[in-house]
Amino acid sequence: MRYLPLTDNDRRDMLGVIGAKSVDDLFRDVPERARRKGLVDLPKRMGELEVERALGRMAGKNVAAGSVPFFCGAGAYRHHVPATVDHLIQRSEFLTSYTPYQPEITQGTLQYLFEFQTQVAMLTGMDVANASMYDGSTACAEAVLMAHRVTKRKKAVLSGTLHPQYRSVVENLCEAGGDPVEALAPALPGKTEDIISRIDGETSCVVVQSPSFFGDLIDLRAIADAAHARGALLIAVVPEVVSLGLVTPPGDMGADIVVGEGQSIGNGLNFGGPYVGLFATRTKYVRQMPGRLCGETVDAEGQRGFVLTLSTREQHIRREKATSNICTNSGLCSLAFTIHLSLLGEDGFKRLARINHANAVKLADGLASVKGVELLNKSFFNEFTIRLPKPAAAVIDALADKGVLGGVPVSRLIPGDASVENLVLVASTEINTDGDRASYVDALKEVL
Amino acid sequence: MSGMNKQGRSTTPGEAGTASIETYTGNRGLRLEEPLLFELDNPGACGVDLDEPDAFAPRLGALERKTRIGLPGVSEPDVMRHYVRLSRKNYSIDAGLYPLGSCTMKHNPRLNEKMARLPGFGDVHPLQPQKTVQGALELMDTLAHWLKELTGMPAVALSPKAGAHGELCGMMAIRAALVARGEADKRTRILVPESAHGTNPATAALLQYKVDAIPATAEGRVDLAAFKAKLGPDVAAIMLTNPNTCGLFERDIIEIADAVHAAGAYFYCDGANFNAIVGRVRPGDLGIDAMHINLHKTFSTPHGGGGPGAGPVVLSAALAPFAPLPYVVHGKDGFRLVETDGEAKADGARPFGRMVAFHGQMGMFVRALAYMMSHGSDGLRQVAEDAVLNANYILASLKDDLSAPFEGPCMHEALFDDRFLKGTGVETLDFAKAMIDEGYHPMTMYFPLVVHGALLIEPTETESKRTLDQFIGTLKHLAAAAKGNDKSLFTGAPHFAPRRRLDETLAARSPVLRWQKETPREAAE
Amino acid sequence: MSEIRFTDQHEWVRLDGDVATIGITDYAQEQLGDVVYVELPDVGKSVAAGDEAAVVESVKAASEVYSPVSGEVVAVNADLEGAPGGVNEDAMGKGWFVKVRLADKSEFAKLMDEDAYKSFVEGLA
Repeated sequence: MRYLPLTDNDRRDMLGVIGAKSVDDLFRDVPERARRKGLVDLPKRMGELEVERALGRMAGKNVAAGSVPFFCGAGAYRHHVPATVDHLIQRSEFLTSYTPYQPEITQGTLQYLFEFQTQVAMLTGMDVANASMYDGSTACAEAVLMAHRVTKRKKAVLSGTLHPQYRSVVENLCEAGGDPVEALAPALPGKTEDIISRIDGETSCVVVQSPSFFGDLIDLRAIADAAHARGALLIAVVPEVVSLGLVTPPGDMGADIVVGEGQSIGNGLNFGGPYVGLFATRTKYVRQMPGRLCGETVDAEGQRGFVLTLSTREQHIRREKATSNICTNSGLCSLAFTIHLSLLGEDGFKRLARINHANAVKLADGLASVKGVELLNKSFFNEFTIRLPKPAAAVIDALADKGVLGGVPVSRLIPGDASVENLVLVASTEINTDGDRASYVDALKEVL
Repeated sequence: MSGMNKQGRSTTPGEAGTASIETYTGNRGLRLEEPLLFELDNPGACGVDLDEPDAFAPRLGALERKTRIGLPGVSEPDVMRHYVRLSRKNYSIDAGLYPLGSCTMKHNPRLNEKMARLPGFGDVHPLQPQKTVQGALELMDTLAHWLKELTGMPAVALSPKAGAHGELCGMMAIRAALVARGEADKRTRILVPESAHGTNPATAALLQYKVDAIPATAEGRVDLAAFKAKLGPDVAAIMLTNPNTCGLFERDIIEIADAVHAAGAYFYCDGANFNAIVGRVRPGDLGIDAMHINLHKTFSTPHGGGGPGAGPVVLSAALAPFAPLPYVVHGKDGFRLVETDGEAKADGARPFGRMVAFHGQMGMFVRALAYMMSHGSDGLRQVAEDAVLNANYILASLKDDLSAPFEGPCMHEALFDDRFLKGTGVETLDFAKAMIDEGYHPMTMYFPLVVHGALLIEPTETESKRTLDQFIGTLKHLAAAAKGNDKSLFTGAPHFAPRRRLDETLAARSPVLRWQKETPREAAE
Repeated sequence: MSEIRFTDQHEWVRLDGDVATIGITDYAQEQLGDVVYVELPDVGKSVAAGDEAAVVESVKAASEVYSPVSGEVVAVNADLEGAPGGVNEDAMGKGWFVKVRLADKSEFAKLMDEDAYKSFVEGLA
């Protein structure tokens, strides 16, 4: 087998040194009846070519987003990733390194984590950020638990336009720990929800997403003030990090914790993962944060260097009193994020955001011109909601048959609710051309 | 004229003792210093070419950003050079032995990277119509099949994003099963051995369980009598790592499982060490109810400097109905992703909820399946055998030079303690740091906690005998130096790394967690 | 006149009137290494003997400090928040953690005196 360096001669010599007759000897602590004599019932080994054939066949059955006019979003967005990013993250020293527990020989990882933390803090308008979480949804759930620790209260209030799967993740984690969650019913796009009246003296945090699940941009200031007046925290959720190039960041609107999905920068769609969770907060709460933190220090010769720090919050030291059970994070995805954002810089990132918005505005106007189609949002960034004259899921399926991936039917994420059955979430990023948009509009006219 | 060749260049090796030379740049040949990205800011420079969109009327409400972000402007070549230089400050498995116990740092085949980047896997949206992703669902179903066959378990939840997340998933399934039995309120205690990974008690605590430690025997295994004495009607589950964190197989595991079940509790197994037994022992044959599998350990998806990983959880028949959403089913119309409670109920399932948005770490699924298919049933069995053989070779070769707390054979990792350093003035940490100067990443230190000054070595199956022999020689040399009262190799080591030992006290007392333009040092409150 | 007592968890308690000042011993700070953070309770909190009163952290460890006596927290050493190294420099003096107004003086009397603690520590070596 090509990955196994030992030869039969090596094995014989090594058994000799050990003083064992056979490899079976080394497994003698396994109870007799659990020792498998034969092979498990699976195919035998394959060469590279055969594996490529088998997996290539499976991959070939999928419609790749890049092969068609593509407009899906709902928490995962297709952006162009510069070639430099994928080259750099595949360097051995980044790809095949472990968590930087030995700082003397992992300054590469530690320095980019420090750069990542700085970039995330800058984008969100917050003081500090951690070295990444699994993804946006788990970052959101961890933020709620952190708010419980900070406020010593237990009840989270969730906006109805929080991504429904994020909501499920939060509910699942909180309810397993016995903590109540109050989730509002989804307010349709363009409508304002009254979350402020739900905040009371028991509320630990209010969780609001902007752009909302339906694409609306939400002004957080009044919600932040109301939360703070009652001793609660505001958690802002940013599902599309590119929006921060053009939209007022949550940190400037009073958010106490900002979490987000960083996939859009540097990372592909990957059918849902791996992605990279962003987590930022105020300096005064830093010791309540989950996840790894990288900090600056000096070495024995006085040279600047970086280390993982405030580790006593974490499970490997604090065990059952840790702030979270998280261990592995999204290191390499955060590197991709950092490199892509370095290439973009201030000017490139803001321009990218403007292009996204401009493309979405053009598409929204184009789709709204189709008879029977209504644009519901008053404000949006690169994603918006349209109402069709008939159930959306069947229309999206029919569009797929015509070679257009036209968005996500809301009913897929909010099933069994007649008020959203005809709604579609549509996203347009820098990848879409005028031709893509024209194809969508034409195809939609045909299937309606 | 001796020492000169035809071009007149000196061929003599030069004078020794140049270490104290100060260079103008601070660089040392190939050891290059590199500033922070933000210090490379060259306003006006940019690493992408994007055209400004035509004039249009924005729809941002009143929320247009008015402030600068503060991101630096850097060109593409400068970005490339910055990260290439940073990369060279890292140790990696591609460059050398990475013997971190309980981390399974094995070779990461590049075929897996290539497969994950096929557009049909890497460029597919999680919410595309299911008929456009049949191949992706087939891949998930195939991976699930392999994991079930290898573990002898009837079900698997693929979505957890890492080992600790898988633990949480497995414990949530146990909790859901207890709720269904109406016993969730009375079963509030979780038994966890003292030697467990920190994630185990942290996970149990997240779910509000009381953690009760099980003592170990002098042999490094669960104390069966003490364990049985702790069982009772208030115990929800045991969380046990097997092979355990001392690198030993729990001989009494079947008896433990029987006792757990007889007490009405469940058996959670931490599968971090599955590499030792893959293809030879099936957890399903040991009486386990739930076990996570770190795809980034046993199945070689790259560690990437700390992630991403993936932590699918295999479940027994008792727990299978409670598996979280989503999951893949295979019907006559092809593959279907069950994403909602409504659909699940129609299938007779009772999912406890959702671990994560979307469907899990697809990129890791592809890599892991490519790795499994490459090995096949025969190769995977060989993986476990060679991993165990390599670890025992290290244990046997070093047990007289270092000190081993427990009798062999070990499984896939060899545990040593610090008795061999007693009286030398050299501590475990110094010993490990000296290994850096010898060109190795140190082993896991001070874990498991049940052994004083632990040194836990996991070579994995992808190391050759030649590599192991050099490693063994190095450790013998260092052990002899320490015992010979030659502290020069240890005090202040490493000497030859990009940085000397770092001041972690300073970092923690006044944390600097980001770069800032004006005030570089700002203490946390 | 103040009296000092010790616990087997390496805490010291000095009694002045009915107020007990609590800290960790010199032996404890040496075992911990550089203290990087001290988490203190709110003033006014009531603690029972054996309750967690504070957490002291070094780079690689976090230890709970349990109140050896019952009563109400009347003061905390705010200096430690900005300068946790005070615990290393003067564990038995400036590095104190909390002051508790005793509910039951007999709890204090049951603790080890200086000689008993000394021999306890010697027994650990």
